[in-house]
Amino acid sequence: MFTELLGQHFVHTALIAGAVVAVVSGAIGTFVVTRGASFAVHAVSELGFTGAAGALVLGIDPVAGMMAGSLFVGAVLGLLSLRGRERDSAIGAVLAFGLGVGVLFLSLYQGYATEATNLLFGSIVGVSDRQLLVLAVVAAIVLIGIAVAYRPLLFSSIDPEVAEARGVPLRALSVLTFLLLALTTAEAIQVVGVLLVLTLVITPAAAAQRLTANPATAILLSMVIALVATEGGILLSLQQPWPTSFFISTISFAAYLGARMRTWSS
Amino acid sequence: MSDARTPIVEARGLRLQFGERLLWDDLGFALHEGEFLAVLGPNGTGKTSLVRILLGLLAPTAGSVRVSGQAPDLARAKVGYVPQQRAFDADAPLRGCDLVRLGLDGHRWGLGLRSRDADERVRRALADVGATAYCDLPVGRLSGGEQQRLRIAQALVSDPALLLADEPLLSLDLASQRIVVDLLDRRRRDAGTPVVFVTHDVNPILGLADRVLYLAPGRWAIGAAAEVLTTETLSRLYETPVDVLHVRGRIVVVGTPDDEGVHHHDHAHAH
Repeated sequence: MFTELLGQHFVHTALIAGAVVAVVSGAIGTFVVTRGASFAVHAVSELGFTGAAGALVLGIDPVAGMMAGSLFVGAVLGLLSLRGRERDSAIGAVLAFGLGVGVLFLSLYQGYATEATNLLFGSIVGVSDRQLLVLAVVAAIVLIGIAVAYRPLLFSSIDPEVAEARGVPLRALSVLTFLLLALTTAEAIQVVGVLLVLTLVITPAAAAQRLTANPATAILLSMVIALVATEGGILLSLQQPWPTSFFISTISFAAYLGARMRTWSS
Repeated sequence: MSDARTPIVEARGLRLQFGERLLWDDLGFALHEGEFLAVLGPNGTGKTSLVRILLGLLAPTAGSVRVSGQAPDLARAKVGYVPQQRAFDADAPLRGCDLVRLGLDGHRWGLGLRSRDADERVRRALADVGATAYCDLPVGRLSGGEQQRLRIAQALVSDPALLLADEPLLSLDLASQRIVVDLLDRRRRDAGTPVVFVTHDVNPILGLADRVLYLAPGRWAIGAAAEVLTTETLSRLYETPVDVLHVRGRIVVVGTPDDEGVHHHDHAHAH
């Protein structure tokens, strides 16, 4: 049964799509975690949900709506570039309202309920070849963005005060970070769903940072953890018909726990 | 030509006003090679704003500043900046070497792959401040004093023409304070790099500061420490009787309106 499934085209597509999404999620996650903006990921993904639900009502492609929703809130969060408690409460307020609107859209939507479930919990097996192409193009954009802005992104995320004194435009980089995050989130939603985006965007990066203080290694390690979680999750769900996102979040969390238990020795 | 008469910093007619509140007016000074200027004064008198003006991050309400003969935003690459100690996250993915390297080229685009030249400059900057051992250690696991050593290496790695230090001693113990002050002073003596040192406590730099710029609410005074830090000058600045006491080689200012008796001349009063 398992080997039979492995020969199927939709399984190949799912594995490739999962790999693409895992790599970008692991990469952007490092910058989001060092900015202390994990909560923002949740806001971006829930507003992505609102956008997707709105698109369903209007009868357009929910992925386009999702992109629009997460890019919008990403741009707003980046422009506000708030810090600490103020950002927390602002995000909480926006997130709750966005989710409320999303609930209304879903109740107005007359189509299949599975569409809504897929949004919330992901549906990696339903990815079409065309969707895979879109995923790959968006992932390439995010990775190129990170590579081009790597040094100022790192500088402004970890050491904003000195970065500003050296002429790094903090606000522009904040906007860039959140836009790249929005694109990544819209991708990750398609694999693990709105509610579990954190498991790919935050958990692997947080685990990696427990294991190394070398920034480049941390990014690569975060990508590897996200990749193992996603591919492992997809393969396990072929053997045991439980939700893929359950397996992905479990592997990702196990990596995080393992990293936390390993103490520093220097 | 580096004529000793050409000032590295030249500030003329600076006025800083936030809404109705005037912090200073017609503030001017020149800073030459090898000079150490202490910027003193209570909270809210624009000490950090002055640093931001020198970095070209804040425009003064009126007046002009030149750094190395250029507008300050164009001269940023020639300025080394040492901030106050601020704890990094314990898990921040950054080692000592990475922090110093960011001071060299962190503002440039691209990945910044390893280069022998950059590695060598980072290595030398670390050695100069005695921080070679911190190269591979996570910055989040270093003490405040160790972090400030790295901060100085980070500021010096670009071989700056001017050093700006904004409360670099805050929340450091006395031994670490001395190390930070000595390192900045050594750079000034060896390379002639002038230092602008913002502090609310003059005592750690008492023997070093050639001149003191004292900012009080709405007023300012500049001159040698012995001229500015006097009962007469500070009473005039604050428009109220203020006493400058010399106690066991330390200066204590008593009676300024912003505190409850004794002026904040210890580092417990962070802002």
